[in-house]
Amino acid sequence: MTQASSPPAVSIRNVAKSFGKGIYAFRVLDDVSLDIGRREFFTLLGPSGCGKTTLLRLIAGFETADSGAISIEGEDVTARPPFHRPVNTVFQSYALFPHLTVEQNVAFALEEQGMARDAIRKRVGEALEMMRMGSFAKRKPAELSGGQQQRVALARALAPRPRVLLLDEPLSALDLKLRKEMQIELKMLQEEAGITFLFVTHDQEEALTLSDRVAVMQSGRILQMGPPREIYETPTHRFVADFIGDINLLDGEALPGGGVRLEGGTVLSAPHNASGKVTVAIRPERARLAPAGEGALEATVVHSAYLGTAMLHKLDLPGGGTFLLRQSDPTEAAPEAGSRVGLALPAEALRVLDR
Amino acid sequence: MNPQRFPFTRETSLFVLAYLYVPVVVLIAYSFNANRTATVWTHASLDWYGRILVNPSIQSAAWNSLVIAVSAATAATVLALLAALATRRAFLGCGASEAILNMPLILPEIAVAVATLLLFVSLGVKLGLGAMVAAHTAFCIPFAYLPIRARLDGISGTYEEAAHDLYANRFRTFRRVTMPLLWPGVMAGFTLAFVTSLDDFLTSFFLAGPGLTTLPVYIFSAIRAGITPEINAISAVMLVVSVLLVSLSFFLGRLRR
Repeated sequence: MTQASSPPAVSIRNVAKSFGKGIYAFRVLDDVSLDIGRREFFTLLGPSGCGKTTLLRLIAGFETADSGAISIEGEDVTARPPFHRPVNTVFQSYALFPHLTVEQNVAFALEEQGMARDAIRKRVGEALEMMRMGSFAKRKPAELSGGQQQRVALARALAPRPRVLLLDEPLSALDLKLRKEMQIELKMLQEEAGITFLFVTHDQEEALTLSDRVAVMQSGRILQMGPPREIYETPTHRFVADFIGDINLLDGEALPGGGVRLEGGTVLSAPHNASGKVTVAIRPERARLAPAGEGALEATVVHSAYLGTAMLHKLDLPGGGTFLLRQSDPTEAAPEAGSRVGLALPAEALRVLDR
Repeated sequence: MNPQRFPFTRETSLFVLAYLYVPVVVLIAYSFNANRTATVWTHASLDWYGRILVNPSIQSAAWNSLVIAVSAATAATVLALLAALATRRAFLGCGASEAILNMPLILPEIAVAVATLLLFVSLGVKLGLGAMVAAHTAFCIPFAYLPIRARLDGISGTYEEAAHDLYANRFRTFRRVTMPLLWPGVMAGFTLAFVTSLDDFLTSFFLAGPGLTTLPVYIFSAIRAGITPEINAISAVMLVVSVLLVSLSFFLGRLRR
């Protein structure tokens, strides 16, 4: 069987899930479908309550879908309990068994699978070594720091060599520095282990850094799915554009045949095939400063911040609203606060989105 | 002194402590009294402790108390554990079930004891050890249930999800994760039930039947013949045992892992 024709690592078809009953029912997932490729680092990204964790729990088997089907490497697991699914989970709280040592935690799944004792010892050793936790084998979880517990949780979930590793906001309990280190480590680990990772996070930066593909979720639906660059540069929804990174959103009306009339009356030339009310989106680093009177828009400089690698200007638009502009060369002459400047908005940098 | 404190906090506390513990201190002090009359102090002695050790009726009463307490506490703990697991997830009537389980804490014991006696007599159940164990089990359930339930509430459901995720089915998860984590609560519940049964007088008195006594029943009948230092000594022993066991129960209940 060739790679191209083999079934995806995870396939989700029209899955819906509600919590509560009757008039209290709340739809957490609304007709979600997606395929995750083998060895892919796939991230579910969205604000809290968007359904990303519920989707992960459905794949793990902790929840059952109201409708739809879930299969793992071509096998339908929709009706299987979690202990009969070839996936393992790294929990947000790690959920290391407090009464067992590090080594017993890592051996747990292998023992349940009925592996021979020698093989277990070898596999546990390897898993702990891979996470550089070999010298902590006899400790109890309570004697470890947060970062160490995180490594043990990873070792425990990877030891049975699952088809898919599910990670439920695993880095959210760590401080910023440790978090950055673990991000790099996770990415390397995924490449090394050659296992499909399904990662859940609300941190857009984390999602962009780590993932091969990202699915942005809101209110139980997937709004956009694609590689980080595509999500960042060509968002298809106002929500996606706003949620990922900094962006300027200018409301206006689509003109037939291209172009958008902004609320201030200015007409921007931006290609589109929309109609009615739209939002023009442009990233701060794609806009350019121009001499006053030139460019598509006029603005007043409110504040400039020196970021080392760039200058970030906060501008006031005459029709109200602010505009962020990132000047990528900080050694360039910067306009003074209070001065009037023009904004050059390249047509290819503008995204026209439905409102 | 902390300026935020109410005035006389120290004095009030001392008074309450004295109010609670002076009788106990007197009891223990007089159990070391050499004088035959329990209320007249002569000099210190361990005679009475020596006598209760060799007194056959006290020995048999203590043995009965122990047998009943172990049996009743074991049965109550098993039932309470099942009840705690069953009421873990809310269901319709969950609150009512818990209230019914804890009813023995509120019901007047005399009424329950009389009712049990009437029931056993009308059913033709022979009074004695078996009847006492059955009755003790019933009122011990809430004492075993409360610590187990508190422990269970403190165990995150994520541990069980993690065990399922690591290929342990429901039975294996219970055996390898839930039960070990629950164990201190179970021991605390057992200890509390044990002490409750050991100290019980009313129910035992009604259901004892001919020729069978427990320690509290023995003390009650002995005291009608007059307070002797022997009674003081048995009471002191029971008191110390109870305090130790209840302390053990609290310690186990608070055990982290």
